[in-house]
Amino acid sequence: MADFVSGFWNAYVMVLVFLSISFCVFVLVSNTTKRPSGPVGLHDHVWDETLQEYNNPLPRWWMYMFWITIIFAIVYLSMYPGFGNNQGKLGWSAVGQWEAEQKAAAEKYGPIFAKYKGMDLNAVAADKEANAMGQRLFLTYCAQCHGADAKGAKGFPNLTDADWLYGGEPDTIKTTILGGRMGMMPPFGPALGADGTKDVANYVRSLSGLAHDSLRAQRGKEIFTQNCVACHGPEGKGTQAMGAPNLTDKTWLYGSSEATIIETVTKGRTNQMPSFQAFLGEDKVHLLAGYVLSLSKAAAPAEAQK
Amino acid sequence: MQSQTYNYKVVRQFAIMTVVWGIVGMLVGVIVAAQLVWPELNAAEWLHFGRLRPLHTNAVIFAFGGCALFATSYYCVQRTCHTRLFAPGLAAFTFWGWQLVILLAAISLPLGFTSGKEYAELEWPIDILITLVWVSYAVVFFGTVATRKTTHIYVANWFYGGFILTVALLHLVNSAEIPVSLTKSYSAYAGVQDAMIQWWYGHNAVGFFLTAGFLGMMYYFVPKQAGRPVYSYRLSVVHFWALIFTYMWAGPHHLHYTALPDWTQSIGMVFSLILLAPSWGGMINGIMTLSGAWHKLRTDPILKFLITSLSFYGMSTFEGPMMSIKTVNALSHYTDWTVGHVHSGALGWVAMVSIGAMYYLIPRMYGKTEMYSTKLITTHFWIATIGIVLYIASMWISGVMQGLMWRATNPDGTLTYSFVESVKASYPFWTIRVVGGVLFLTGMLIMFYNMVKTIAGQKPYEAPVLAPAGAHA
Repeated sequence: MADFVSGFWNAYVMVLVFLSISFCVFVLVSNTTKRPSGPVGLHDHVWDETLQEYNNPLPRWWMYMFWITIIFAIVYLSMYPGFGNNQGKLGWSAVGQWEAEQKAAAEKYGPIFAKYKGMDLNAVAADKEANAMGQRLFLTYCAQCHGADAKGAKGFPNLTDADWLYGGEPDTIKTTILGGRMGMMPPFGPALGADGTKDVANYVRSLSGLAHDSLRAQRGKEIFTQNCVACHGPEGKGTQAMGAPNLTDKTWLYGSSEATIIETVTKGRTNQMPSFQAFLGEDKVHLLAGYVLSLSKAAAPAEAQK
Repeated sequence: MQSQTYNYKVVRQFAIMTVVWGIVGMLVGVIVAAQLVWPELNAAEWLHFGRLRPLHTNAVIFAFGGCALFATSYYCVQRTCHTRLFAPGLAAFTFWGWQLVILLAAISLPLGFTSGKEYAELEWPIDILITLVWVSYAVVFFGTVATRKTTHIYVANWFYGGFILTVALLHLVNSAEIPVSLTKSYSAYAGVQDAMIQWWYGHNAVGFFLTAGFLGMMYYFVPKQAGRPVYSYRLSVVHFWALIFTYMWAGPHHLHYTALPDWTQSIGMVFSLILLAPSWGGMINGIMTLSGAWHKLRTDPILKFLITSLSFYGMSTFEGPMMSIKTVNALSHYTDWTVGHVHSGALGWVAMVSIGAMYYLIPRMYGKTEMYSTKLITTHFWIATIGIVLYIASMWISGVMQGLMWRATNPDGTLTYSFVESVKASYPFWTIRVVGGVLFLTGMLIMFYNMVKTIAGQKPYEAPVLAPAGAHA
């Protein structure tokens, strides 16, 4: 495929490459001399009292090294793309190499992952070997956001508790990884004003039993009823179908301080988890889902005891 | 009479600031190296690694290296042209203008003003000031060459001239930007073209600022200090022209395996390989100049600096072409190996040749021929050399280790190590690097002390212009 918008640039590059290599050959050849038989003479110019120059011939080993690199360049440019539009004898391209490596990897590793394809996710979560593979996939593709221990960070959910934004059913977890998620809370700052957001923030804190100004919380409740229940529900318990968080528990994606909640309400939040279907394929996602499921299963009994 | 002496004032100013900015730039380098080992040192936003790192690179390349180039080129061009520096007013402007550029960089970079282009971070008003200074520099330099009293132009001046012309071109093209406010602008190029222009600039900044310019320095100070003629005029012709012609092409090797078209990557690689011989031409010419005077190396620490710098130059100009080979680059790119490579060039070549030249130059600015203490120069040499070796050896090891860790895979094709594991494994080597950097900085502080003692109580000196001693055939 041509990289140039017109034939001119193709010719332009070819001419310049040709001239540049030819020029190297020219300076090299025109300065190649026979080995001197006697002592090498000094040039007769003198600068700044003492600066003079011998005129020793070019060191042979150095000349040969120069020639080798020039010849290598010519050979390389005949085999690989580089001389204008010329694709080179090997027909190599970076995209071609990438595709070939992808294909080879799919053939080599595909069956290893495909083995678990039909297995129920609960069984995958309980399978030791599948979990080890799932963890390796997690460390490669997921740890950047969710952390090596899967405990998340501000804005990135903790996956080791039994609390879920979109639901913790095996198939829901898999759907989340396959399709990604886009969580969006609109900004309410302009509508509510500084005082209104502070009131509603105090009400939200009261829902989970955090310290709050009860007068503000009372006013905030009214604002909440008018503006927030559509997503977070009348009791603030959230709606998993749309990823609206439960506000009555101890889990906070961005933080529970009054200032953070005010920021959330004022500016809204937009949060995206990318889709992995095209990138990893369903077989790997299946193993990943099993691994994530196993993390919350380990957490569930502990949380039940609280 | 004024016209019968060389203009040493501007040389003296630049020489002293070379040492001062060297200390500042390397101190910032030590700080950013320490921040990688102890992240708590990222104390405030304007002291953050992301802001101090460009301050370090700008300070060592353009403040330290730049002042060294100004000082030595002004000294060399006057003395080898046997005439007083052309346009003294403009020469003074280059000094004050350049110091202002450095000062503005030291303020604006920590405050977070950046155009985001590596080694060209300064915002557009500073870019304009750089252009004015650089044009003045070219007028002064080429004006002096044009009014020379000799028939031939000495080889050092070819390299200085090539460096001045090319850096002007690089700066103008790469810094083409559209201002949106006094402190913010956007590049005139977009996407992969912007990347290509940036690395065409970036690599030629290495090739012309850090190589051709300092080769000019080498061609004056090595034969002077050794008291021997340059080894081969013929070799200097071949390697000068081949270097000038091929460096221009090498930039794409910074963008291997990216969205850059395949043909551009190939050309970048083959011309980087062709560069090996022209680069080594300078090393051969410098080191072989010493033949017949090798014994001087034992007693003369300035010569130790100069010749060691050429050895590091040879080493890093071998390493560079090797790293530009795509398969090697696949391992080395984005790792500490690159950082080690840069510093074997920057500390080993650029800093050492500059330090050697300054030890030659500074006493002569005060009518003396020797520094206050030759012993301290020897101490400086050994501390600096040990510092460099610690620095680059630790970066080689951590670089290759990172490259191998990043590509290691499990039997199921997943990565053996997560990224953070390679970070964790790098800590011991980053600590060694800090030690190496501290040693190198310590050497600069010794140099500063030596310089102060040399200058103290001395009157500035201006040497008389010499008539060219020529038996011109």
